[in-house]
Amino acid sequence: MDAIILQILNGLDKGGAYALIALGLTLIFGTLGVVNFAHGALFMLGAFCSVTFVRILTISERVRDESVTFFEAYKEIPYLEIWYGDAGKAIVAWAVPLSILLAVPVMLLVGFAMERGLIRFFYKRSHAEQILVTFGLAIVLQEIVKYFFGANPIPITAPPALAGSADIGALFGLPNISYPMWRIVYFLFSLAVIAVVFAFLQLTTFGMVVRAGMADRETVGLLGINIGRKFTIVFGIAAVVAGLAGVMYTPILAPNYHLGMEFLVLSFVVVVVGGMGSLVGAVFAGFLLGILQSFASMTEVKAIFPGIDQIIIYLVAVVILLVRPRGLMGRRGVMEA
Amino acid sequence: MSQSVMTSQENPGEGMGESPAESHAPRGDGMRGFLASSRSDWLLVAVFAAAILTMPIWLAPIGAGYPDILQKFAIFGIFALGFNILFGFSGYLSFGHAAFLGAGSYAAVWMFKLLSMNALIALAFAIVVGGVFALLIGFVSLRRSGIYFSILTLAFAQMSYNLAYSVLTPITNGETGLQVTISDPRVLDAMFGGVARRGVPELFGMELQGWPGFYFSAVLLILAFFLTLRIRNSTFGLMLFAIKSNQNRMNYTGFATRPYLLAAFVISGMYAGLAGGLLAVTDPLAGADRMQWTASGEVVLMTILGGVGTLLGPVIGAAVMKYLEQIFSSFNEGVLHRTFDFLPTGLQDFMVAITSPFVGEGWQLTLGLLFMIVVIFLPGGIMEGVRRIASRFRSGRGGASPTPAPAGGGH
Repeated sequence: MDAIILQILNGLDKGGAYALIALGLTLIFGTLGVVNFAHGALFMLGAFCSVTFVRILTISERVRDESVTFFEAYKEIPYLEIWYGDAGKAIVAWAVPLSILLAVPVMLLVGFAMERGLIRFFYKRSHAEQILVTFGLAIVLQEIVKYFFGANPIPITAPPALAGSADIGALFGLPNISYPMWRIVYFLFSLAVIAVVFAFLQLTTFGMVVRAGMADRETVGLLGINIGRKFTIVFGIAAVVAGLAGVMYTPILAPNYHLGMEFLVLSFVVVVVGGMGSLVGAVFAGFLLGILQSFASMTEVKAIFPGIDQIIIYLVAVVILLVRPRGLMGRRGVMEA
Repeated sequence: MSQSVMTSQENPGEGMGESPAESHAPRGDGMRGFLASSRSDWLLVAVFAAAILTMPIWLAPIGAGYPDILQKFAIFGIFALGFNILFGFSGYLSFGHAAFLGAGSYAAVWMFKLLSMNALIALAFAIVVGGVFALLIGFVSLRRSGIYFSILTLAFAQMSYNLAYSVLTPITNGETGLQVTISDPRVLDAMFGGVARRGVPELFGMELQGWPGFYFSAVLLILAFFLTLRIRNSTFGLMLFAIKSNQNRMNYTGFATRPYLLAAFVISGMYAGLAGGLLAVTDPLAGADRMQWTASGEVVLMTILGGVGTLLGPVIGAAVMKYLEQIFSSFNEGVLHRTFDFLPTGLQDFMVAITSPFVGEGWQLTLGLLFMIVVIFLPGGIMEGVRRIASRFRSGRGGASPTPAPAGGGH
């Protein structure tokens, strides 16, 4: 029982990341009709927003370390700490969540620029060409990041208050289950972002138009609604969602420049399993596959099916596509041709 | 040459309108079409063969006249030719073709280890393995089309890659990669007294290193090209083009399209297996990274760069890409400084500063940009560019005179 709860927890944070990326992919696909292979790169850019922000906050001065007396030792103290004392120290400690402040405008801009500069010319081109051009863009983006940040993973730490593990077992009345707190934060965060996106789509007029667009793009256009403008905003939102997923993921996995590609392939599988064009399906499949993956990496399971943890997601995708061609919640008429 | 390419290229397009009626004709027609070649086809193959075999001469001025890189041109040319049979002819975009390349490499190295260092045995087995593997994956993947097909092939390739790294280590030797060692049995070599030499693949006593290695690959490339030409001109090829242009109509007219697609998939898997085997012949070592999805993306790019659906395009695309890779990744700041030597110092430093991110380690950046530029501005690839220039030439000169071919184009 303990092990099962632990594995479910294990899957939730990864599932959260898959769900957020897949949500954006589906949104873009459903409204713009574009297969965006650069979406993983947006996730990666978000992660590096966080890296940049942390670096800016921790610009430091080298000062003599007085506590060491028998040789000359130096330590680095961030300027923020020097200027603002404890408040500055707290800001530095909470750098990762705070970098959301930087990531939202940056990702929005990146999204707008991508849509206006490249994607909009590909609405009428074939899916193969969309895949290819965004694949090229993904390579370019990750190489730019590699140029500035190097090829090695950059470890980022969670705020000290959230870095420990939480006694999660107490919630279920079970002892002995403790779990890294940041991963739980990540899961809750991804739920919150998903909730905001769904609320936006369900409760605002803009969201209504977007949903209408997902159902029947042509008719919405014929009704005299300026879809071009809406498309840009939708793309921006999807970019922000992917970016936020990346920002908060940095303490879990040290980001490197090809982080995006790894997540992209899996997220696409998630989208296909959930059903092309179904937002609920994308979220559901994201968590489902995340949890399945963590179950597959249990030693007991691996003893029976060696290597299953490496292939479980793809295997599930293959089976689901063959049994339910439209994915778990796919709608009729989406990507049938 | 470009002339004959162009005219023969139009054939499938013209044939398509009448193909439903035509392909009801008995299958023997297809067989006869396969064997009988028109004169222009023979000419094309002859010119192609001449161009490939003389590559060491006419590519020497641009610094590609040495066997290693030419062999790469030939091998990846075969890979791209095969990929084009699937993607170019039938329109099915597979994102997992590297799996067959990797499987071919493993198969060839196993033959080197178990039976003989003779390259022909290894290649035959590599082709068979590539084909069987493609049959399995294709049988499942072809149940879906469009992006679902792409994702399925990608999923299978990733599965193979992950398994090759982990569980299949007894077969693939995991991260180290599969290698030929002195202590391998090599049953046939031992039986016929062939002394296991330095572990270099050979062809009846001739070691396939350096120039012999290139010519061996080149001959296979020419054979592969000829076969592709025959496939394209056959009824089978017409069917693939028809599926590409409108699969629904094909289904409505009562054709089971899937067997044709599966055949195309298996054939292209065999090409990939052959290419993978040849990679093992150049260097008897097989690693799982050959199966990674970036490798699948690479062959897609080669095909697009050269020209999807054309005959020569994939070969040209493969060569251009391998050439650029070689050039760009070998550049460093020193070489750049020498290149811009003719400029005044300040300008020279400036040029070096702005170009250095694109070369050496940054070659991938150039690759990505190239990828985007080609897809955005020249979806038809290099062949499309050549055709546009040629047609401009012709209209400029009043039509009649055929333009001289730009020599198969290394550029």
